[in-house]
Amino acid sequence: MRPFDYRTPANAVTAVQAVTEHPAAAFLGGGTNLLDHLKLGITHPDLLVDVTSVTADTIEDFQGGLLIGAAARNSDIAADYRVRTRYPALAEALLSGASGQLRNMATAAGNPLQRTRCPYFQDPTTPCNKRRPGSGCAAIGGFTRGHAILGASTHCVATHPSDMAVALTALDATVHVLSAQGERTIPFAELHRLPGADPTRDTVLDHGDLITLIELPYSPIARQSRYYKVRDRASFAFALVSVAAALTVTDGVISDARLAFGGIAHKPWRANRAEQILIGEPATDATYRLAAEHELADARTLDGLDGGNAFKVPLLIRTVVSVLRRLAEEPR
Amino acid sequence: MSAIGQDIPRRDGYAKVTGTATYAYEADVDNAAYCVLLQASIARGQVSEIDITEALALPGVLTILTPGQVEKIHQVDDTELYVLQDGEVDYRGQIIGAVVADTPEIAHHAASLVHFSYHVDEHDSTFSPDRHDLYKPDRLGTGEPTDTKTGDIDAAMRKAPHTITQTYTTATNHNNPMEPHATTALWQDDALILWDSTQGVHAVRTTIAQVFGLDTDQVRVICPYVGGGFGAKGEPHPHIVVATLAARALPGRPIRLALTRAQMFALVGYRPPTVQHTRLAADEHGTLTGIALAAVNQTARITEFTENAGSPTRTMYAAPNRATSHRLVVLDVAVPTWMRAPGECPGMFGPEVAIDELAEALGVDPIDLRVRNEPEVDPDSGKPFSSRNLVACLREGADRFGWADRAPRRDGDWLVGTGVAASVFPAFTMQATAAIRYDQGRYIVEIGAADLGTGAWTVLPQIAADALEVPLEQIDIGIGDTTYPRASVAGGSTGTATWGSAILTAAEAFRDKFGDDPDDGDEMEGSISKPPFHEDYATYAFGAQFAEVRVHADTAEIRVPRLLGVFAAGRIVNPRTARSQFTGGMTMGLSMALHESSSLDPRFGHVINHDLAEYHIATCADATNVEAHWIDEHDPHVNALGVKGIGEIGIVGTAAAIVNAAHHATGVRVRDLPLTLDKLLPGLP
Amino acid sequence: MGLSGFRAEVGFRVDGEPHTLAVDTRSTVLDVLRDTLGNTSPKKGCDRGQCGACTVLLDGRRVLSCLVLAVTAGGKDILTAKGLAANGRLHPVQQAFLDNDALQCGYCTPGQVCSAVGALDEFADGKPSHAGDVTAEPELTRAEIAERISGNLCRCGAYTAIISAIEQAADA
Repeated sequence: MRPFDYRTPANAVTAVQAVTEHPAAAFLGGGTNLLDHLKLGITHPDLLVDVTSVTADTIEDFQGGLLIGAAARNSDIAADYRVRTRYPALAEALLSGASGQLRNMATAAGNPLQRTRCPYFQDPTTPCNKRRPGSGCAAIGGFTRGHAILGASTHCVATHPSDMAVALTALDATVHVLSAQGERTIPFAELHRLPGADPTRDTVLDHGDLITLIELPYSPIARQSRYYKVRDRASFAFALVSVAAALTVTDGVISDARLAFGGIAHKPWRANRAEQILIGEPATDATYRLAAEHELADARTLDGLDGGNAFKVPLLIRTVVSVLRRLAEEPR
Repeated sequence: MSAIGQDIPRRDGYAKVTGTATYAYEADVDNAAYCVLLQASIARGQVSEIDITEALALPGVLTILTPGQVEKIHQVDDTELYVLQDGEVDYRGQIIGAVVADTPEIAHHAASLVHFSYHVDEHDSTFSPDRHDLYKPDRLGTGEPTDTKTGDIDAAMRKAPHTITQTYTTATNHNNPMEPHATTALWQDDALILWDSTQGVHAVRTTIAQVFGLDTDQVRVICPYVGGGFGAKGEPHPHIVVATLAARALPGRPIRLALTRAQMFALVGYRPPTVQHTRLAADEHGTLTGIALAAVNQTARITEFTENAGSPTRTMYAAPNRATSHRLVVLDVAVPTWMRAPGECPGMFGPEVAIDELAEALGVDPIDLRVRNEPEVDPDSGKPFSSRNLVACLREGADRFGWADRAPRRDGDWLVGTGVAASVFPAFTMQATAAIRYDQGRYIVEIGAADLGTGAWTVLPQIAADALEVPLEQIDIGIGDTTYPRASVAGGSTGTATWGSAILTAAEAFRDKFGDDPDDGDEMEGSISKPPFHEDYATYAFGAQFAEVRVHADTAEIRVPRLLGVFAAGRIVNPRTARSQFTGGMTMGLSMALHESSSLDPRFGHVINHDLAEYHIATCADATNVEAHWIDEHDPHVNALGVKGIGEIGIVGTAAAIVNAAHHATGVRVRDLPLTLDKLLPGLP
Repeated sequence: MGLSGFRAEVGFRVDGEPHTLAVDTRSTVLDVLRDTLGNTSPKKGCDRGQCGACTVLLDGRRVLSCLVLAVTAGGKDILTAKGLAANGRLHPVQQAFLDNDALQCGYCTPGQVCSAVGALDEFADGKPSHAGDVTAEPELTRAEIAERISGNLCRCGAYTAIISAIEQAADA
């Protein structure tokens, strides 16, 4: 690890200023992903600007929804009674991620900004376009069990690891961003990007952009939401696939739906196509299956030394059916 | 009252729950320097250039060890210990240098500033049983023959009305003890002290003395506590040589060296992948007429290692026609080693699933099938068993588990099934010496043994108390230091039997000489030096494992809500620590069954999931209900104490029981470990 | 507090005892505890937040000390498993680990103990886990305990006993 300076800025504006002026500076939040990358030699900032004290760590009621401070810890968000009852999928997503200790450390803004756990990205002795542009993608032709089936490119097949981000995508959240130019908001579903020809960028944020708040809108349907994570261990493992869903069923017919997938793309995947198919149809397994199949029509699976990731297509379809059936049959 | 058999809490428990037990890296030394290893990023070739300028210029860097620029050392049997003598690279991740600095931060930073250039040779790291370059090793690591053959297995397969011919595979597994391998080394006044995380302090001393051309008297190895080993700390690995090189380069300065978790995937061994071609032949009644297993595993170009996966097939079941064989593939990969129950653990996967497949084909209960094929004597050696209570284990396990009501069922979203498999592990003894001294009303027992969590700190005093016929409270014990008499490595489930036998002998000698009213300073030694294998008897522990498996009907997620084992392992010295040994082995078996697989990428030659987030071991949520019981077994033949080892048998058979249960739940037969949901998914409705 | 250069002065309490020291900005709390202060109760099992062996209580909350920079711990209270047994009296969780033989090699144990203490506090505060219905009050079933302690790996496989130990401590 290279030496770095460490600063605790007086407020969010000076924090943004410090990072913006300094090309090799980085914001430090909970540190759970950044410190790991420093140790692995994946990133080499020479200045860390600690933002845990300059953004809110509280959760406030706001226009029927909630404003979550960027510095709020994952465990505190998941424990908040308003989150648990109004946005249960978010609480479930948070609680299915990482471990109790990590959730006590990781922040609201940091969790969605964590980077892929692609083993080649995390091993600096192998090629990786995300880590070293132009070096190639070692995952292609390697071990691909955890890799993307939607939206990947020939440059990168990594998946986004955050559970929280999948729930926020489904629940129509918005992020508030402070930059040297001022404040702006970004719909959560537009925060992350597909790899395309430049996998180095996970999100649309620029250097010096600081997430200050995550806004959850007033959302009656969110009360009927769930997050289901399929993984290889019963706990403390990243998703093979995950589903965040919300459903409103009236007289056996789906009147409204929200659906997002995790573990299958470079970003949390909002399943807009599937939602369109669900709405207006009877709440049956056949409908759920059709919707999931439609969303996955463009899936491109990878061969691999481990048998590849083709299993994710049927797995995700079956998981969608399972989650939507449960939402319809066991309203919260 | 006999101390043996009592439920005694761990002597080292207080130190461990408070974290005050000190492990190798934590040795209490002043002014330590920190050593960080540098590893090859190619799989085969030579280091051609090294640039240390930038690293050496960093304030706080004390020295940088590079190939050919360190003191000359001696070659020993383990060629991997010939470290940094030349720039040859035999596998990716091999040690090609080390940085020593005043602080760990500076050492790590400097390590990133050392630049290597290579002459790269083509490498071959692709494991396959179909390769044309398989070869037959001279013998197995246990000294047993590589192949065995009795009768005509091919003819038996042709004639039998029921046969099973299947190939089963086990994955590469890494031992991954929670304490990364570590050494604190100090060279001072022509003497070396190593605080090393090892399963055998004397083995480390002997080897390191040879490597550096020292008298063993010049070397002291200390290791009171070991944070797990499971075989990976059974033999000295190359980092110990590096720590010693660094210490000798900086006399008087203690050197702390701990491997990173990632380095443990290259430098300290692993269980190689095995392919097990398994054949069973049976008559209409399910009596086996033939049993055969042909095993293939990978080994490293630099050092040969055979996983004796065929061994248990030689002993488990009676059949007139029998064959086992072992073949190796030499690859440019890191060196494999022992991992908990080497041979038996992977080698009881294929056969015990095959038995389940045969039971299904015959329509008989898999317990009945095993009982029907119980041998009268050891089918391999023809010797009688000193004791063999497999049937009793199966029956008692069936009762406790509720085997009788085992129809597969559905519980909500979950498909539920049960499975069984047998366990076996040999019981033998190694060589050891123990000393007993009397001082002010206390007996001080000293032996260079090790406690890896096995309970040696606790059970050896129990054995000593009974042997001396004094209360347990009067016994002090010293282990884990070469100043104590030479003792065997903690491995092969031989520790308690071997060290206990040495203590028994020492106690007899002590009482013969000094009676029961000794004077302060009275001291005697006693040894056990029999050959490891019993001359007249086949000596094995046996067990039966039962698993309940739940498979989610939609997602194929797999859970093991219940695991129950019954073992016949001789006399149990301490039921508390014994239970932990059995259940610990079973839990590791569950982990092997569902999770563990090292992803060796042949394009690069190293394991790519080299961390604990990607190389999964079971979490607490995966193993919530693991239960062990034992038969009250009196074996007068196995050794003077009547104890058999218990550290390894718990992992043997677990994976087969779980795979058999998953089949029972879903109808899907998985023959390749680990059992992950993608393998069940295609078979679900 | 503005800090410059590669070393920074920081003050915190470890097991009740105040320390002020100049740390390398790169140093983690874990390394400062182990290498500088000689408190080796928290263990290094992976140094990457993947095993839980380094768990300590930071201002009462369980965290992974391998992923906390020492410079960020200014003014905080760090409690290790060693400090839980102040004055030689074991914490009920530690006693329960002994009673249930919920340890073998002992290397993960101090982290397990700190994690269990933190987890029981979280449960007492009504915080939910993945094992239960997030919209309801949590119940401390064996499944709940297992889920809450799953960030602490144990290679010796003491999990079943660890759950029993935490059950016992919760009832104490």
